[in-house]
Amino acid sequence: MIAGLGLLVGIIIGLMLQPEVPLWLEPYLPIAVVAALDAVFGALRAFLDGIFDDKVFVVSFVSNVLIAALIVYLGDKLGVGGQLSTGVIVVLGIRIFSNVAAIRRHIFHA
Amino acid sequence: MSSSPGRDRLLASLRRPGSRGQITAAVLLAVVGFASVVQVQAQERNDDYEGMREEDLVQLLNSLASASQRAENEIAELEQTRSSLRSDTDSRQAVLKQARERATVLGILAGTLPAVGQGIVVEVKDPQGNVGIDQMLNGIQELRNAGAEAIEVNDSVRVVAQSALEDGEDGIIVDDTQLSPPYLLEVVGAPRTLAAALNIYGGFVADVEDPSIGGSVSIEESQNVEIATLAEVPEPEYAEPVEPE
Repeated sequence: MIAGLGLLVGIIIGLMLQPEVPLWLEPYLPIAVVAALDAVFGALRAFLDGIFDDKVFVVSFVSNVLIAALIVYLGDKLGVGGQLSTGVIVVLGIRIFSNVAAIRRHIFHA
Repeated sequence: MSSSPGRDRLLASLRRPGSRGQITAAVLLAVVGFASVVQVQAQERNDDYEGMREEDLVQLLNSLASASQRAENEIAELEQTRSSLRSDTDSRQAVLKQARERATVLGILAGTLPAVGQGIVVEVKDPQGNVGIDQMLNGIQELRNAGAEAIEVNDSVRVVAQSALEDGEDGIIVDDTQLSPPYLLEVVGAPRTLAAALNIYGGFVADVEDPSIGGSVSIEESQNVEIATLAEVPEPEYAEPVEPE
């Protein structure tokens, strides 16, 4: 309940403030958002499995975002930023799909 | 069909909020929601080049630079073509103008164009009928030496390079045209010089007014001598122009 409210509040704050993305953050934000989504779906799946732990959630969330940003940064430095970003998105996308599939099985038994 | 423990847990948490885990999840979800919205809006605001990578921008810049380089080269080429065409036209027009001027000059000298200008009008009276081609040839020659550009006799014959003079029964014959005295010579040229040439000692005037001839000459300088008679120029039958190398 509170979790859903938190999501809503975040969206509303974003819509109301409409902040400019700082230039240094611009390449990292999209990857970081996808990585965070992965962490969120992973947490939801853990919750449904009965093994949810808020510490694990926080740590996985932060590390996901940091590692995604690090990979993009490294890729930019190595000159393969575009390809590495694509790779990260693909991997995270696959994880999100498998997590969502597990969640779906829990909720709909299908 | 029994509901799974996972779904039960979800429903339970929805009914009974407030646990620590829920608050943590709420905070993180708020962060995710905020970041997603910001990113989505930044993406929508983006124009084509914002948010592109440095290397992509460099590549784009390079391609634009080479495109503009090509365009500039093309401009330079076209300008060169234009200037060469223009100078072509200019030189052609200059040549044409020169040729026209030359044709005019030659037409006046050859007697194929009417001429007007300052000059003298010479009236030769010959009461005794003694003035012949000796005197007239002499006079015409002197006029030519003095720079006469066009000569007309009695408003009916143009004297040109090919003109032939003979003695006739009733006067002189110029180019098969019988003329009778008094003779009226209209001459375009520098009036003073022409008059002086005729009046020279032992010249045309002295010749005609000699007691043995008994004629008289009156010379009138004019600012506007009109010569309307044209000479016929025969096509050269034997001579051909030599092509310059």
